[in-house]
Amino acid sequence: MLKFRVIPCLDVKDGRVVKGINFVDLRDAGDPVESAVAYDAAGADELCFLDITASHENRGTILDVVQRTAEACFMQLTVGGGVRTIEDIRKLLLAGADKVSIMTAAVQDRNFVREAAEKFGSQCIVVAIDAKQTQPGKWEVFTHGGRKPTGIDAVTYAEEVVSLGAGEILLTSMDRDGTRIGFDIPLTRSIADSVAVPLIASGGVGNLDHLVEGVRDGHATAVLAASIFHFGEFTIRQAKEHMVAAGLPMRMD
Amino acid sequence: MTVAIVNYGSGNLHSASKAFELAARTSGFSGDVTVTSDPEIVRRAERIVLPGVGAFADCRRGLDAVPGMIESMSEAVLLRGKPFLGICVGMQLLATRGLEHETSAGLDWIKGDVEPIRPTDPSLKVPHMGWNTLSPSIGHPLLAGIPTGDRGLHAYFVHSFQLSAKTDSDIIARTEYGGAIVAMVGRDNIAGTQFHPEKSQKLGLALIANFLGWRP
Repeated sequence: MLKFRVIPCLDVKDGRVVKGINFVDLRDAGDPVESAVAYDAAGADELCFLDITASHENRGTILDVVQRTAEACFMQLTVGGGVRTIEDIRKLLLAGADKVSIMTAAVQDRNFVREAAEKFGSQCIVVAIDAKQTQPGKWEVFTHGGRKPTGIDAVTYAEEVVSLGAGEILLTSMDRDGTRIGFDIPLTRSIADSVAVPLIASGGVGNLDHLVEGVRDGHATAVLAASIFHFGEFTIRQAKEHMVAAGLPMRMD
Repeated sequence: MTVAIVNYGSGNLHSASKAFELAARTSGFSGDVTVTSDPEIVRRAERIVLPGVGAFADCRRGLDAVPGMIESMSEAVLLRGKPFLGICVGMQLLATRGLEHETSAGLDWIKGDVEPIRPTDPSLKVPHMGWNTLSPSIGHPLLAGIPTGDRGLHAYFVHSFQLSAKTDSDIIARTEYGGAIVAMVGRDNIAGTQFHPEKSQKLGLALIANFLGWRP
């Protein structure tokens, strides 16, 4: 039986982890590779790096991070942030990323999704959607960290990118991100139920019940969280045990 | 003693080679693991690994684009009986035909077609992506010592197509996803995994170690 997935996400800036993990004694909490190895050992089902490097000159730093991570741990790695061209995707995959997540570039040009999926296969193309509620039961796609509205309906957009070849959706509620009050369940469920590909729910996790709700009520096949894991509030193991206790099948190898 | 991981432009082989190196170290395998696109090295290798990600037809074209590679693999595997492991699309390429986007010929080492997964439960998502358990249909040396079944170890899958092997005895293991999905095929000195052993932690490293010691 396929298991639901728990995915910690690390923000990486200029090759260093921002708000690094502190649940284990790392020699260097800012080293993404050390953090990745720690999560691998802790039982994370996949790992996500979000590259938030601002300056163009430093964009290459993520490639080195990805390469060293892929050499040090044997887990699925998704990398996103600032991916704009086919060449960006190629470089990340060649460095060792298993999946690449694209956001703004897909909003600006849907054909980019098609082109990427045809070139590299749907299995490695994740489309990240940042969505905000505009009226009850309606959500709009935003870019630039939730600052820029696009006028595009999030559910319609998700269906469109999947029809173009996206193999997975990474959905973040911008209303919930950072609030720790739980996923936006109606949003998550609306999109999960309207697309045929797996959906990762993100934004708002503050406790372990939220992870259960994302899967059970939101119909996500994976849940992504950052702060509850990084600061050692909960271990990955505790999260998965909690989900098992709620009746969800999880990998406990 | 060389393990050749065939490089034909199908994505990154870092993690595959690192996983094989790690399994080699921990299992006391005395040989070297090399990633190569040189048909001569493949022809002379003691063990051959064919990885593959992306679409079937693209991978087939990539393999064809390396002059002499298929001939070298065929000689080593079919004539000289060298142990062979195909991974993901590298496993699917063993089939007679691939039906992804277009119909293209496989190596035809395992009879059958590569067809879309169609889970009986429409709420199940495709790709089949994530961790799943294995149900072996036969005992196979590559699964020796690995806990399988519902309470067994997990393997990492990510695929939308599967190799529907014609000959039942060519199916080593299945996995459950709205019906049975072929997880592992093989005959004689040939084996293939739909899942990624190089991304499957304990199960994967144990399987790779078994492959390095396999004497079919």
